[in-house]
Amino acid sequence: MNDLFNSFMSGPDESGRFGIFGGRFVSETLMPLILSLEEEYEKAKTDQSFWDQMDDLWKNYVGRPSPLYHAERLTQHLGGAKIYLKRDELNHTGAHKINNVLGQIILAMRMGKTRIIAETGAGQHGVATATVCAKFGLKCIVYMGAHDVQRQAPNVFRMRLLGAEVIPVTSGRGTLKDAMNDALRDWVTNVRDTFYCIGTVAGPHPYPAMVRDFQSIIGKEAKVQMMEAEGRLPDTLIAAIGGGSNAMGLFFPFLDDKDVNIIGVEAGGKGVNAKMEHCASLTGGRPGVLHGNRTYLLQDDDGQILEGYSISAGLDYPGIGPEHSWLHEVGRAKYVSITDMEALEAFQLSCELEGIIPALEPSHALAHVMKIAPELPADHLICMNMCGRGDKDIFTVAKHLGFDMSDTEGRVAG
Amino acid sequence: MTRIDAKFAELSAAGKKAFVSYIMAGDPDFDTSLAIVKGLPGAGVDIIELGLPFTDPMADGPTIQLAGQRALAAGMTLDRTLELVADFRKSDDTTPIVLMGYYNPVYNQGVDTFLQKARAAGVDGLIIVDLPPEEDSELCLPAQEAGLNFIRLATPTTDDKRLPTVLQNTSGFVYYVSITGITGSAEADSGDVGPEVARIKAQTDLPVIVGFGINTPEKSRAIAGIADGVVVGSAIVALIGEGRPVAEVLDFVRTLSDGAHSI
Repeated sequence: MNDLFNSFMSGPDESGRFGIFGGRFVSETLMPLILSLEEEYEKAKTDQSFWDQMDDLWKNYVGRPSPLYHAERLTQHLGGAKIYLKRDELNHTGAHKINNVLGQIILAMRMGKTRIIAETGAGQHGVATATVCAKFGLKCIVYMGAHDVQRQAPNVFRMRLLGAEVIPVTSGRGTLKDAMNDALRDWVTNVRDTFYCIGTVAGPHPYPAMVRDFQSIIGKEAKVQMMEAEGRLPDTLIAAIGGGSNAMGLFFPFLDDKDVNIIGVEAGGKGVNAKMEHCASLTGGRPGVLHGNRTYLLQDDDGQILEGYSISAGLDYPGIGPEHSWLHEVGRAKYVSITDMEALEAFQLSCELEGIIPALEPSHALAHVMKIAPELPADHLICMNMCGRGDKDIFTVAKHLGFDMSDTEGRVAG
Repeated sequence: MTRIDAKFAELSAAGKKAFVSYIMAGDPDFDTSLAIVKGLPGAGVDIIELGLPFTDPMADGPTIQLAGQRALAAGMTLDRTLELVADFRKSDDTTPIVLMGYYNPVYNQGVDTFLQKARAAGVDGLIIVDLPPEEDSELCLPAQEAGLNFIRLATPTTDDKRLPTVLQNTSGFVYYVSITGITGSAEADSGDVGPEVARIKAQTDLPVIVGFGINTPEKSRAIAGIADGVVVGSAIVALIGEGRPVAEVLDFVRTLSDGAHSI
């Protein structure tokens, strides 16, 4: 680690790499677009008027800062570490996704683009993109795997209400990976007027760094709020990871605070084993190249990409942002996995003890909190990112708990 | 001099344009695919492009995506593709073979191992869609060192400022993508393509071959009239996808190559 010259926050390098991860693995047609986006973003980064506009929208449209909430009953129940939840589920549209979408849409408008495309898994990024496009009067097309269209029906309707065109993707197995392929195909076809608004810290450079920078508002706020509440930094940060944008947003401002433990929680599905019924790219995958970047991927012996599996559509992606791959290899962050069943248990506990219905994605993070908090001392401060609310997931959860939603008596089936 | 360089020298001496065909290796299965490949030179194909099956072909339309899925379902792998090339080489030592695909299967095998095997099998060139010049150190430079051509795509978005970067480490030929889009979608307009080919030729001595959106003998002839050759892929792959007999596929290829060679 000596050649990291004391900082974990200086990446990516000018070729878009975090160590060996990241890069710009796209077709020539897209290359000029990515270079012009990078140029525009570099300009915006040091342009105070850009950040003034972002701050105004974050405050008045999104409702930031999101609270840092001491989860008292959860803390008592687990009987160990003191647990704080960063309440990004209270944002407008119900998740952290909008933090990033606002930044990208403002950039798109600065570049004169009039047509916005996005991919979505759980639908949260799609809803956020449709929302911001409605606000600014931009045309919005969202690619969503046909399988996800089914399991996230409320979000599909939301996007349509917001004026977006939702295109169900049937290629492959119809999940997030396939939606991203089709969004890239759209972009390569409509290069002149279209901006691709990527929802996570993945894709070709500059997306991973740009999305991280926009999401870093989460960690910046958490740092200030924790200082106000406790007079010191948290001991442990925990966040769920699909592509890894909410986690990167929380982690990034703390990377050089060496005493802060950082834990990312991947979706373990039915268990991280040879059957590959999971989405734990770091725990169960190896480095490869997909969707514009080199990163850890679920793949077979021939380098063919495997379809992941998770109860959570938002974590159902066979890759992970390249900066996470790098943090994993240099050991600055630790990555673990949580199964569907553990996440469902955490989901219910949060409802019962804190009156917070969490999305299935942060339920994975919470399940890991449940694992480690009891063993930690009372003065150990955990900060977990509650990155989305669970309204969209109630149908999925009902199904898994054997609850018949059509039964007005609310009886548990069979 | 690779087989590709030799082929262009031969075509140039004869005053002919190149006809390049693309099919997916292993589609619909290894044996049928090998039979088609063996028949291509006889159907007038000057250079054979063989698609490397990949689960996530982001630059391809549905026709080639489905071909890749059929090949993978029938057990095709990168190693099996190289076996197919080696098998073809037993009876043909002159027709150039270019592998076209995506980087991950190659990266997964290891660049050095792959290059060694590809050369031994009789591969002449590579087109790897998701490796732009910015990533030349990954495979482009090692491939050239190993004696393989690395053929670059130039596109309508490659402006004059960027073109030298794209041409810099290209060898064999330049593949001009005639449309912004995926394979097998819009039709190339020969009116747009002519000036673009001229723009590229002003900056390189390499042959410029045009592909994407060429699907009939007439188009093949029209584009061959303004470039050094044409590539047809999806139109042939679509016939294979319909389960047409090998002879019928090759008959269709013959009409396309006749189109290009009638210039």
